[in-house]
Amino acid sequence: MTEPTHDSIREKGPVRRRFLNWLLGTGAGAVCASVLYPVARYLVPPEVEESDANQVTLTIDPRDIAPNSGQIFRFGSRPGMLIRTPQGELRAFDGMCTHLDCIVQYREDLGHIWCACHNGHYDLRGVNIAGPPPRPLQPYTVIEQDGKIVVSKDV
Amino acid sequence: MASAEPRRGRAWEWLDSRLGLAGFERLARKKEVPVHRHTIWYYLGGMTLFLFIVQVGTGILLLFYYRASASEAYESIRFIMTEVKFGWLIRSIHHWAANLMILTLFLHMFSVLILRAYRPPRELTWLTGAGLLVVTLAFGFTGYLLPWNQLAYFATRVGTQIVGVVPVVGEGMLRLLRGGDDVSGATLTRFYAFHAAVLPTLIVGILAVHVYLVQKHGMSTPPSVEKRGGGRGALPFMPHFLLRDLVGWLAALAIVAALAAYFPAELGEKADPFASAPAGIRPEWYFMFMFQTLKYLPPHILGMEGEVVGIMAFGLGALVLIFVPFIDRRRDGKPSHPFFGFLNYVWFGMIAFILIMTYLGYAEPVPDTSAQPGVEAVAEPAGGEEAVP
Repeated sequence: MTEPTHDSIREKGPVRRRFLNWLLGTGAGAVCASVLYPVARYLVPPEVEESDANQVTLTIDPRDIAPNSGQIFRFGSRPGMLIRTPQGELRAFDGMCTHLDCIVQYREDLGHIWCACHNGHYDLRGVNIAGPPPRPLQPYTVIEQDGKIVVSKDV
Repeated sequence: MASAEPRRGRAWEWLDSRLGLAGFERLARKKEVPVHRHTIWYYLGGMTLFLFIVQVGTGILLLFYYRASASEAYESIRFIMTEVKFGWLIRSIHHWAANLMILTLFLHMFSVLILRAYRPPRELTWLTGAGLLVVTLAFGFTGYLLPWNQLAYFATRVGTQIVGVVPVVGEGMLRLLRGGDDVSGATLTRFYAFHAAVLPTLIVGILAVHVYLVQKHGMSTPPSVEKRGGGRGALPFMPHFLLRDLVGWLAALAIVAALAAYFPAELGEKADPFASAPAGIRPEWYFMFMFQTLKYLPPHILGMEGEVVGIMAFGLGALVLIFVPFIDRRRDGKPSHPFFGFLNYVWFGMIAFILIMTYLGYAEPVPDTSAQPGVEAVAEPAGGEEAVP
């Protein structure tokens, strides 16, 4: 280490004081960090494992579902939208509007899927046709089986 | 100075030598309120403060019965509304004073903005005021969820998702706000912590600085009044203006009490995370203009999703408002660029936009979906579910 010159001492103070200030500053910084880091991590919610079910069996009798109607069902932790088209075909989609996360409904007067929150419209294939939604609803596969309905997601 | 003051009792002298009461008294007596044709706008800040005090009082009372959990919140509010003596009154006053407080706060902000009271040296008064507005809106947003009803549930889904679409930080902020990926009981406890602990701490801190600065700098005289050679003198704040303030506060209390008595706060239906958003869903009136704008935006604007563009535009508008003391370069008695004279038209345009969008939001007809037989089935979603791993 070179001897400090008089100029550097005049500008920045004696070496020992500079060192002690640095020690104090980093110490204070470390104390703050050791308090703030656990608090910040505490506030971030832990990851909950997504339900890995990619298939659900609904115990609704398919014969009870009238044409031109729709209802919400549980697909793991997400809502799903089950509809019977006016032509009698059962279809299912993700129930969350692609705009801002509201849950959609089936409008019998319009004959298609509608989101009440911001007036978004989807056709019977889940394609966004009017209003602000930017993307189609994700379609699911529906199979009717012995008076039950099996809804599955393509993996 | 001290010799000119009248002699007080011994208790005053004992306290003064320990607390320095004379200093506080000087600060309180220093302020004068200019009298001119815009004096009426000086009442709005104090009225907002009064309504805030009402909120603290009624909020503490509600804490005695409220339970912050998804299975009990709705029931505990119903208990307050139906069983607890004067419970309906306390909750209704909390509801109406909150609405009125936001109204007076907006009027206060726009009057300060248009009369340009944010000019130096009051930039920090404006900034702390902007902070108070943000915290108050956060109070409104978090408090809205606490009854855990359908309207609140979907308003919170949309409101938090709006934060979620902000580029880069949105995703993390969304999880931080919701306490998970979805709005759930975890969101409710979080909002409760914000509403009853975090935001009160913040607002008291900012409010103390704001009121201190108002006291330190005194009231601003609008440039339009100064140009005409000032107003009709000034009124001492203590006690003359304060007494007039009190009359205003009494009137506000009467209005809140009347609204609470004639239009008690509603509770609606309990939140159901597996039900469709009900037709006619809408947020509180002070978020209505943003809500309605989001309805009108097309799915895609310039290759970006419409709602992202809309939310960024609102964010930009808010930033311009917050930093207006540093944007407006007009200085008293000095010529400035004509652009700054244009600013007042921008503010009136902003007010007109808010009013028109709010009107359109309420004027929109609600489609009648309740008459449809199929919708009944939506109300019982969990009945036939059986997950296959």
